[in-house]
Amino acid sequence: MRILSLLLIIASSLFFTGIVIRTKSIFSGRKGPGIFQPLKDVWRLFRKGAVYSETSSFIFQIAPSIYFASVLMAILFIPFGEFPGVISFNGDFVFFAYVLALGKFFSILSALDTGSSFGGMGASREALYSLLVEPAFFILMGSFALLTGHTSFHEIFNALHFGSYISYAIGTLAAFLLVIIAMIENSRMPVDDPKTHLELTMIHEVMILDNSGFDLGLILYATNLKFAMYGAIIANLFFTPGHELYYSIPIFMGIQVLFAGVVGGIESFMARFRMNHNPQFIFTLTSISLLIFLGVLLMLGKII
Amino acid sequence: MENYIRIKNNQSVPLQAIPVLTYEDFLEQNTGFMLNEANHCVNYYGVPQGDKLQLICCMANDVEHVIYVSSSLIEKQADLPSFTARHLAFHIFEREIHENFGVGYIDHPWLKPVRYPFDRTEKGSQIKNYPFYKIESEELHEVGVGPIHAGIIEPGHFRFICNGEQILHLEIQLGYQHRGIEKLFLDNKKNLQRASLAESIAGDSVAGHAVAFTNLWESLCGYNAGAALQFTRTLALELERIAVHTGDLSAICTDIAYQLGSSVFGRLRTPLINYFQIWCGNRLAKGLIRAGKNNFHFTNELREQLLQLFDAYEPDFIEMYNELKRLPSALSRLEKTGIISKELSEEIGTVGMSARASGINRDVRFSHPHDLYSRLDHEPAIKHHGDVYSRTQIRKEEILQSIGYIRELIQAIPHSDSQILKRGNEEREIGEVGRGLFAISLVEGWRGEICHCAITNEKGDLQHYKIKDPSLHNWMALALAVRNNEISDFPICNKSFNLSYCGHDL
Repeated sequence: MRILSLLLIIASSLFFTGIVIRTKSIFSGRKGPGIFQPLKDVWRLFRKGAVYSETSSFIFQIAPSIYFASVLMAILFIPFGEFPGVISFNGDFVFFAYVLALGKFFSILSALDTGSSFGGMGASREALYSLLVEPAFFILMGSFALLTGHTSFHEIFNALHFGSYISYAIGTLAAFLLVIIAMIENSRMPVDDPKTHLELTMIHEVMILDNSGFDLGLILYATNLKFAMYGAIIANLFFTPGHELYYSIPIFMGIQVLFAGVVGGIESFMARFRMNHNPQFIFTLTSISLLIFLGVLLMLGKII
Repeated sequence: MENYIRIKNNQSVPLQAIPVLTYEDFLEQNTGFMLNEANHCVNYYGVPQGDKLQLICCMANDVEHVIYVSSSLIEKQADLPSFTARHLAFHIFEREIHENFGVGYIDHPWLKPVRYPFDRTEKGSQIKNYPFYKIESEELHEVGVGPIHAGIIEPGHFRFICNGEQILHLEIQLGYQHRGIEKLFLDNKKNLQRASLAESIAGDSVAGHAVAFTNLWESLCGYNAGAALQFTRTLALELERIAVHTGDLSAICTDIAYQLGSSVFGRLRTPLINYFQIWCGNRLAKGLIRAGKNNFHFTNELREQLLQLFDAYEPDFIEMYNELKRLPSALSRLEKTGIISKELSEEIGTVGMSARASGINRDVRFSHPHDLYSRLDHEPAIKHHGDVYSRTQIRKEEILQSIGYIRELIQAIPHSDSQILKRGNEEREIGEVGRGLFAISLVEGWRGEICHCAITNEKGDLQHYKIKDPSLHNWMALALAVRNNEISDFPICNKSFNLSYCGHDL
């Protein structure tokens, strides 16, 4: 049953971006494309050959595969309720974060490899934002580890019980934090605008401007997977032990759909931040994660 | 003694009547005009006369509602002191004269080609070895954008020098759309050809340029347009203003990634341009405005449709605009972005909507009224901050103002001349073009002041035609507005000006 979470994440990755796009279409008064349209686009790209610039090196060619592999690898660590992920060991959430960072490192390298002035700009922005997001994630997971006394994803989530008021507050804050982290890591609004055609304002999009065909398909599908992966982490916060699969699987899917709807809603009703406001915004996440840390200390009676 | 003649907008005078000054007097006089805030240069260009070059300078006085025209005969390839050294607003005109005729300016700060990829008098100096502005530093980087536009609109090349995310300098290189329109005006002899040329000067200002051309042409022919023709032109100009401004608001929302605004304003624009389709069979109003005749009469039926359109448009527009102006995330993108101060704006001579957003009261509809504008008692909308938000607000105010004007105008539809003078299918003939005339026509398009000037020869044919789109001045404003802004705010600054590439390149 270890493979269950992998299968469910892949299943929800198939429709996740579709729901986001559909939500946005409905909010703007349009019908919008079908839910599986992003997937069809990826499939179309998979059947195409890639074009490589003469000035780019092998890094540019291997980076999309490494990026995709890193996301897939990270997914293997995600548990599903009481079932651990395919790989699980003590301290695996640190490995999880840095496997993702490895993928990002290669996509930054490949953006620099193209030699375009845009690529460098996007790479520097993306590097800065993921650097700023890191403390928030680690303080969150560290607080959970402190609370539960375990250090692997599976054990942390399995031991996480919500009961007291403080723990509900912590759960809500953690869910909020994970939604925003997912938005930033996937370069969505309000930090980045995936729809823009203007290179100067892009972050993630500008890094993959030179990718085409199969490589681009891999990168796009990795984004879908990444979204579903964060959705799965959020879903794990809401499982309580002892639930049967016919309960927890609908809860999982429901949370994924809700998450996608929230992303679509945020993207419909607000404007994107000015670039120099982004670091401030991302720093706020760290302070929220510190609140969680404080809550955990309160629960454990370490202070007062 | 006055060394210039005063003419009204759309007035034609014999070319001989324009005083010819020595270049020194010419320079003193016209740069002297600029000391008065009410004056600005609407056109300054060269006309070859035999082996000499006649420089003609048209300065508009917004208070007295007249245009001062004076000229000077100089040798081609002369080396002269420049106007620009006295006042920067002349820089683009002198660069153009230098490019077209090889006139050398000894103290012009920036004799860069305007449209050609090479210097026409000195072939060795080309844009590929042109010394673009550079700042040497380890920390700075250069970003080159274009000439292919990311949204594939029109081509233009932008070079940014940035310190991280901050823009220190922007140099804009245009000319990729140069089609030789002014020459085509001389080569194409038929009125219809010329009218459709005028409509193609800038695809988003079809009505603006078409009205400028027809008013000019009618003035050269000594034809007085009847009330119905003037009505059509005024209505078309105001409708075009509403349509393009609405589209711009949509585009501004797109650039800040505000989806709701982008789609609602986009939806509101469509019925407006579709209305042109209903009226004249073309969504851009091509074919609607012709010299001396009215091909598409404005009927009572059309009036009803227009009123219905506005009744549906106005509440939605106001609701959406209020939504936008209450949204903190949108305001934080628009406010204090891309500021052009009033002083700067005057110095570089911006015109139209972007000048009004910086607090300059410059509007042809008010200062040099043509067609029915004298009847409308127009009061220009003015904003003072000169930022992207001011340019957004100006658009909203002008839209509502224009709707008001149109509602007022269509209360009484003037009967067409041809309906009165109907004898068979005959219309009042426009007549022959006058000989040896100079005429000028100013029109406030949605973007700003459009100026067309023409000179006819002794045979009654066009000898010279000169077009000035407001973009010609305003590109400089964009280049200065983005300084010290973030490079990611460039698109929103650019959109707030929404300048024309082909209107500049001609």
